[in-house]
Amino acid sequence: MNLRDAEPATVARRVGDVILAVEGVSLAFGGVKALTDVSFDVREHEVRAIIGPNGAGKSSMLNVINGVYRPQAGQITYRGTKRSAMEPHIAARAGIARTFQSLALFKGMSVLDNMLAGRTLLMKSNIFLQALRIGPALAEETEHRKRVEDIIDFLEIQHVRKTPVGRLPYGLQKRVDLGRALAAEPKVLLLDEPMAGMNVEEKQDMCRFILDVNDEFGTTIVLIEHDMGVVMDLSDRVVVLDYGRKIADGTPDEVRANQAVIDAYLGVKH
Amino acid sequence: MNAATSRNLTIAFFVLLTFGALAPMAFGSARFPQWLEVVIGGLMSGVLYALVAIGLVLIFKASGVFNFAQGAMVLFAALTLVRVMEKLPFALALVVTLAAMVALAWLVERLVLRPLVNQEPIVLFMATLGVAYFIDGFGQLVWGSDIYTLDIGMPKEPKILLEGTFEGGILVSTEDVIAAVMAGLLVAVLALFFQKTGTGRALRAVADDHQAAQSIGIPLNRIWVIVWSVAGLVALVSGVIWGSKLGVQFSLQLIALKALPVVILGGFTSMPGAIIGGLIIGLGEKVSEVYLGPYLGGGIENWFAYVLALIFLLFRPEGLFGERHIDRV
Repeated sequence: MNLRDAEPATVARRVGDVILAVEGVSLAFGGVKALTDVSFDVREHEVRAIIGPNGAGKSSMLNVINGVYRPQAGQITYRGTKRSAMEPHIAARAGIARTFQSLALFKGMSVLDNMLAGRTLLMKSNIFLQALRIGPALAEETEHRKRVEDIIDFLEIQHVRKTPVGRLPYGLQKRVDLGRALAAEPKVLLLDEPMAGMNVEEKQDMCRFILDVNDEFGTTIVLIEHDMGVVMDLSDRVVVLDYGRKIADGTPDEVRANQAVIDAYLGVKH
Repeated sequence: MNAATSRNLTIAFFVLLTFGALAPMAFGSARFPQWLEVVIGGLMSGVLYALVAIGLVLIFKASGVFNFAQGAMVLFAALTLVRVMEKLPFALALVVTLAAMVALAWLVERLVLRPLVNQEPIVLFMATLGVAYFIDGFGQLVWGSDIYTLDIGMPKEPKILLEGTFEGGILVSTEDVIAAVMAGLLVAVLALFFQKTGTGRALRAVADDHQAAQSIGIPLNRIWVIVWSVAGLVALVSGVIWGSKLGVQFSLQLIALKALPVVILGGFTSMPGAIIGGLIIGLGEKVSEVYLGPYLGGGIENWFAYVLALIFLLFRPEGLFGERHIDRV
């Protein structure tokens, strides 16, 4: 059963035009080919999954979109602008936020500060005004605080707002990671295995959060995930990578029925 | 070592420290006013060590680089200030010097840090060694290598306090007190900057995790320029204080060598650690020099800090307040 069908609220969600298009991207580290001529697109407001066996190049793909890696060939069109290389902070400025497979949180800082840091780009006022908390800076800080508190409520982590992130259990850290990405009010959210290492209950919570983000804020989501059940439930369309090549692309049902995908996941007799 | 043992060690250290500082009193060899003078003098020079140490901690936290050039930066700042002051009034010269320090930060980022990004820490450390020698030579080439007196109008006359309470009162150097106040102000401003501003939060974020910081839109390169500029400001303040105390000369950059044991004691990543470490070393070396010197033959001030640092490296390498690294196997 698809979670989408079960929730009437999702009917209102409208998948729009192509917001992000990847064309012919190839990436190699020395002799190792991580990605070979991969093309796919992501439509506005949809949940797009990238799946594939270990080492298929999923994280590399995310890192190319996010600007951590520079592909040797190919280009990426994001909201009508073509580019081949990118810097992570410029991607962030353009509205692409991400979470990390192995957590990359600011461990020494509180949950609140982690989220506020996520809004760094949205802060406008002068640093001296900020330090003294006067004039427009005070109003701005209050506004940022309010937005962040909303996200904290949304993710149900009010009880640990002031706790240094390093002390939280893994499942909650994953939520903070998502929250920090959300705090930037992104157009596109890249999630790198948001449910890795979680138990069933935590996975269900995380699924709910991802769907709610997509429904309530209309955020476009690109998702990497290992758990096939989760992927099939969550996503509108799925791209399948194997050894750095795209082997299938379509709705969950189409992908599930695809022989190449079955072979890649289950292996073939030689 | 588990958390409890570790905490006990810290407590034991502080008990030992207090005992050591009070011992001269308890065993009767010291007169109270004289002891107080020694303690105050020690704490004052501790403040100055702390100042240089803060510069080291700043850069280490934000970029994981141990900046060997901090001492050279102190000398360069003082030298620039003193020579510009020959032409311009003090306030203006201060602004010019600050601009020079920011330019220096920008150059270091552009020419050294950026090409070496993602290299091993030891490579970056060696690079700052080169930077240290360059700044040292460049400063003397441009500004000359004479000894200059830096006079910013600090009163040189020591003050006698509490004359009514003790016979003869206690002698306190006004210069030291002003220096300590200046250092305190600087630390307060830095704390405000780090805790209350968005940029400060961004700096803390970079210190915690480079990759994550970039992903939320913090440009690493600009952050490095800011951090080295702030370290330049700290170097300038230390340069002004030390320079007006000792004269602006080559040996000024050797105080960075005293800052090394301070950060080992306080922890490489802790700003409060740098301050407390500085105070402990300042206090420790003065008290032991004055009261143990006669028995051990003097010169304790020269090695006290290093021996203490050595002990810390043996038993508590992360320092009093540093982060402990627990590696997963």
